Amino acid sequence: MGLLDKQFNDDNIVLTTVEDILNWARLSSLWQMSFGLACCAIEMMATSASHYDFDRFGVIPRPSPRQADIIIISGTVTFKMATRIKRIYEQMPDPKYIISMGSCSNCGGPYWEHGYHVLKGIDRVIPVDVYVPGCPPRPEALLDGLLTLQNKIRNESLVKKTV
Amino acid sequence: MKSTEEIFALLKEKFGDAVLQVNTKLPKEAVIEIDPLQITKICWFLRDTEELLFDNLMLLTGVDDSNGEKIKLDDGTTETKGGTLTVVYHLESMTLKHKLVLRVSTNRDNPEVETVCKVWACANWHEREAYDMFGIKFLNHPDLRRILMPYDWEGGFPLRKDYTNPEFYHGMKVPY
Repeated sequence: MGLLDKQFNDDNIVLTTVEDILNWARLSSLWQMSFGLACCAIEMMATSASHYDFDRFGVIPRPSPRQADIIIISGTVTFKMATRIKRIYEQMPDPKYIISMGSCSNCGGPYWEHGYHVLKGIDRVIPVDVYVPGCPPRPEALLDGLLTLQNKIRNESLVKKTV
Repeated sequence: MKSTEEIFALLKEKFGDAVLQVNTKLPKEAVIEIDPLQITKICWFLRDTEELLFDNLMLLTGVDDSNGEKIKLDDGTTETKGGTLTVVYHLESMTLKHKLVLRVSTNRDNPEVETVCKVWACANWHEREAYDMFGIKFLNHPDLRRILMPYDWEGGFPLRKDYTNPEFYHGMKVPY
């Protein structure tokens, strides 16, 4: 059962810990800030669409950062956009998570040397939880990134410091 | 339809010294060179004359010719002094089905070219881009701001050959 320590004869009673129930609730409804930057965003949209169906993991796009739990940085981050991303991130309520999708937002990608306009990695501005490599990553890779994030949330603790 | 040589003869007769020369030795289209401070009236003529009717500005772009004196600085970078920056105009007549390439060269230390915004409205953003990337000032342009780079970018003009990245922008490190 994973979440449940014990199931009683009466179906309405379950036994669990506060940590487990909070983590389970968080990782099962990761509402996503609806936000795309470049070609990675096309793959992200494909992941959201019926074929790969992000929704089955509880990922629903939200139009406002106030209602979002995760933000997927999907594409090339220019300096001009980086200041905006930082503001969107600050507007999201805690707990909040970040998936950095694709080479550009991981480390600058093909623009690492001559990209005068490109931030060489979104982690220079905001803290990243999961990096998804690829250029652009296929939907399977993004799903794997999401499952990695869910595992990370599953092991979170209210009292202990977690990585 | 008119060839570039015919148009050059027409312009030379009408504008004299403002039209510098025609270069037909290039592998592709011939290019007419024009005085940068008289390009506007020539463009009005090209657009409105019955036999030319260049109603479409297909492209306007800057070029760094990189033909100035190159000075090696102490930090290993090179700075170019003097030389020229060029603006290239590709015109097309949709009614008469002919094309024309113009170019103006201006000095790199104080690059000034007249705007053609009033002639073709689409030149507005093209000229802003040429300003953004090369620092070419378009005289009488209605709104000469940066268009792609941030408005408060102080690192210089990125497509110039001697451009080097600034170390930081708003606290974000620029180099890899």
